[in-house]
Parts: sequence; C-alpha cells; structure tokens
Amino acid sequence: MVVPVVQAVRYSVFDWNGLGPLDDFVGLANYARALQDTVFTSAVLNNFLIIGLSIAIQLPLGLGIALLLNREIRGRGFLRVVIFMPYVLAEVVAGVVWVLLLQPNGLVDAVVEGVGLGGLTQLWLGDPEVALGTVMVVLTWKYLGLAVLLFLAGLQGVPEDVYEAAQLDGASWWQVQRRITIPLLGPTIRTWGFLSMIGSLQLFDMVWILTGGGPANSTVTMAIYLINQGTERGQYGYASAVAVILFVISLVLAVLYQQFILRRDTDSAPTPRKAVR
Amino acid sequence: MSAPTTTPAPGRPVPLQPERRGRRTAFGGGGPLVYAIAAVVVVVTVAPVAYAFLGGFRSNAQLAANPTGLPDPWVVDNYVDVLTSPSFWRYTLNSTLVALVTTVIVCVLGVMAAYPLARYQFKGREALALVFTLGLLFPLTVAIIPLFLLVRDVGLTNSVWGVALPQAAFALPLTVVILRPFLAALPKELEEAAMIDGASRFGFFWRVLLPLSGPGLVTVGVLAFVASWNAYLLPLLVLSDPASQTLPLGVASFSSQYAQDTAGVLAFTSLAMIPALIFFLAMQRRIVNGLQGAVKG
Repeated sequence: MVVPVVQAVRYSVFDWNGLGPLDDFVGLANYARALQDTVFTSAVLNNFLIIGLSIAIQLPLGLGIALLLNREIRGRGFLRVVIFMPYVLAEVVAGVVWVLLLQPNGLVDAVVEGVGLGGLTQLWLGDPEVALGTVMVVLTWKYLGLAVLLFLAGLQGVPEDVYEAAQLDGASWWQVQRRITIPLLGPTIRTWGFLSMIGSLQLFDMVWILTGGGPANSTVTMAIYLINQGTERGQYGYASAVAVILFVISLVLAVLYQQFILRRDTDSAPTPRKAVR
Repeated sequence: MSAPTTTPAPGRPVPLQPERRGRRTAFGGGGPLVYAIAAVVVVVTVAPVAYAFLGGFRSNAQLAANPTGLPDPWVVDNYVDVLTSPSFWRYTLNSTLVALVTTVIVCVLGVMAAYPLARYQFKGREALALVFTLGLLFPLTVAIIPLFLLVRDVGLTNSVWGVALPQAAFALPLTVVILRPFLAALPKELEEAAMIDGASRFGFFWRVLLPLSGPGLVTVGVLAFVASWNAYLLPLLVLSDPASQTLPLGVASFSSQYAQDTAGVLAFTSLAMIPALIFFLAMQRRIVNGLQGAVKG
C-alpha cells in the first residue's frame, strides 16, 4: 500500500507516458500545470461542493429517517432493509439504471409531468447548469442508507431511562429529540461526517457512469480528471502529480477533521452527557 | 382475530407489560404522518430498482410510449437474451472468481495480522495498529495510477490476481480494524486453559481462536466480497480484455454498446443486480453489524 503512494510521488516529477524509461525529469512542472489548469481547479471545487452538499443534504434527511425508524412503527425492519439497499448495489449498476431513468422521456420526466410540473423537465444530465445537482440527487439516493444505518446504531446506544426521565418531566417527542437524542448522537454524526467526506473525495464510479465528468466538465471530480489524464491520454507523470495532490488534500482534510471535530469526542467524552442534565 | 389475543389464556401468568423489547414505547408508534413519510421514502428508494426489473419485461416500444406503465404484455425475450448470452455468464463467473479470491486473501491475511496485534504484547504494537487505522484514509483511488503501472509491470493485467491482490491489500486496514477488538475480546482464560493442556501458541491460534473468530471473519469476509463484487475503477484499468472482465464492466460496456435497446439494458442490469441483492438479504445482519462496528471502533 505504501509502495504505490511513494511511486506516485516519484512518477510525478517526470514527464512520462507510462512506457519508456523515466528520464525526462521536469521537477515540479506537473504540479504547476495542474494548479493552472482550470479543469483541475473546477474538479477540486466540485469535490468540495460535493462534500458540503452531501453533508448538508444527508445529515438532516438521514437523521429524520433514523428518528422515524427508531419509533415503534410497523414494518420497521423492512424499512431498514429497503433504505439500506441502494448502498449495497454496485455504483455502476445503479448509475446505468439512473441514466435510463433520467433520459429524455424517461421515468423521471414522466413523474415530473405527472405531478403537474411539466415545465421543469430538462436534460437532467446534459445541461451543465443542472448536471451536478442531478448527480447529487443520485448520490443521496445511493448513500443515504449508510447515514440512516449508522445513526440508528447510535440511537440504540442512548440509554432508555433518559427518555423516561424526560417524559416524566413532560417533554414532548420533539423536545426529547432536539435536546437529548441529537446531542447524544454527536459522536456518531461526526464519525459519519468523516466517512462521507473521504467518500466524496474519492468519488469516481457513479459520476463516470452518469456524466463522465461532463457536460463541459461541469461534474468533473479529481478522480475523474486523474483517470482522464492518465489512462485515456497516457500522461502518467502528470496524472501521478494529480494523484499526489488528491492524496495531500485528503490527508490535510482528514487531519483537520480529526483535530477540530473528532477530537471533541476523545478529549471530552462526558460532555454530551451534560446535555441530559 | 381480536378477542383471543387480548384475553390471556387462563392459568398462564399475565405479562405485566406486553411490550416488545421495552424500548421507545413511551413515545408510541406513529401517526398517519409518520407512515406517510415512511411510504414516500420506500417508494423513492425502490422505484429505480423496480423500474429496472419491470422495464426488463417490456419492449422498447412500450417503454417509449409510456415510461411509467406496467409491462403489457409481459415480454420475457430481454431476460432470455441475456441469460442465453455467453458473455453475461462469463462476466458473472469472473466477478465471482475475483470476489472469492479477494475474500480468501483478506480473511487469511487479516486474521494473521490482527491476531498478534490483539493478543501479544510487543514493542511498537500500537504504532503498527495505527498504521492499519491510517490505511483507512488511503482508498484505492488515490493510488490507482501507480497501482495500475505496478500490476502491468509484473504482468498481471487481465488476470484475476491483478485485481484481487490490490483489492485485498486495500481491504486489509478495515479488516484488521474490525477483527482486532473482536479477537482481543475473547477471554484470556481460554488461552491459559489451552496452554495448560499443552497447546502451543500456534495450536491455540489454529484450534481455538480461529473457530471462535468465525462470526468476525464472516463479517469482514462479507464486506470484502461485496466491495470486490461492486468494484469498477481497478478492473476498468486492469482488465482490458473482454474475456477477463467482471460484471460491473460488463454492465457498463453493454449499456453503451446497446444504448438504443433500453429494455435490453434494463434486463441486463436487473440480472446483474440479483446476485448482490440476494447476497445482501442473506447477509444483511453481518453487513450492518460490520459497518456499525467499524464506526464505533
């Protein structure tokens, strides 16, 4: 595992097509080129946008559904299986189905027209203005199940007597969730956020199938850019430089997240308990 | 239907609180609103998959005329075509082979790495464990280019090993992180008892620990299998020869090759989904527990 990463650093300072000898040393020129390429910078931007939007969309939705499933409702087990199902499907398989759903005159168009919003139908994946939004919807569909699953596991860890005490004090269901459950779920939410962030940074399969990074590079991610430059164009030295940048960004984000967000869990474990009063 | 369940049979002790699991009953079930939300969530989640399965039973003309309709009449040709095509079975066989090899390597190496980390005291143990934890941060994507070049240089392109070995290597951190606490939790007395009975450390590992770690191994095995079964990026680069390609690659190439044949593509993707869905339903608990356990650490 370490070898490929070290190799990437080595390749990244050469102009190399992956075949001949490594003899055209170019120093940091590959890095400079990447940072000046607007496609690459928009890929980085898209990755950050996807990280932010994933958390902003999936956190409230996932939390809502987890709280819903945590009640005594009929068919809870069934619901849980159903919601988690998309997570287990291969991204490629799910992506191919979504491409067909989203094609003009496909199911999505029919549903949108069916609810009387016919004017809104458009080239979901073909219009640079909306493609990234469409990709986000599909990603939410695919990954919401993981958030729900993890939040449910966290909810199982909330001690029951806390609920009884709150109920004796006359707290409403909503008050209990807001003041007790969600604060106690803090560590789980923060861990999920970390997983979601790393996943968003590596995003490739789904976008590759849905849009291939297009139209007009509007949905390109760092991993897509990497593959385009490397295997499609044979610029392995340059692609390695991109890989190293991706690696450094992941590492920096991971360390920052660890320092500023996860650390609260290890340093001050009893804090969430205070919220219980 | 109502009377016999509400009045307990005479002579039997009446349960004080006939509630299930005793959790959350305080806030009761849900009103109609809760069920309505649940129904919407289920429909949105299932619709794409259901559309694919049903769409596979329709003709392209039916799909074009009315995208939302049910099959009328039901057409089985699409499914028959896929099931009788040798390429579909070749993809499936390749996927199975790659996933099995990956899983076996992950389980064997995982337990071998996790065992000393969990049960022996030695210098640098925590540092070594940290290496595996940090490994979680480096998914395959980051290293894909040098990894591909490495696989090519050792001549493993278009071979099962070219995909299975790197996949196993990158699945190892998660495996060790899950297995280590699992192995550490097995009681120390067992080890002492085995030693008294004359078992060597290796004997203990082989005869006692390995059988006992079955559930943990199944969990990591299932996770590795699913990850390998669904993998796309590495096979995309390593397996360029159609004869060696796996199911996700097959789905992708079929769907671009027969882009006009929507019904055919839906049938192909549906059939490609089935193994994963069956596996998921059968192993649901393992997958769920594994992922939840990994996060709790």
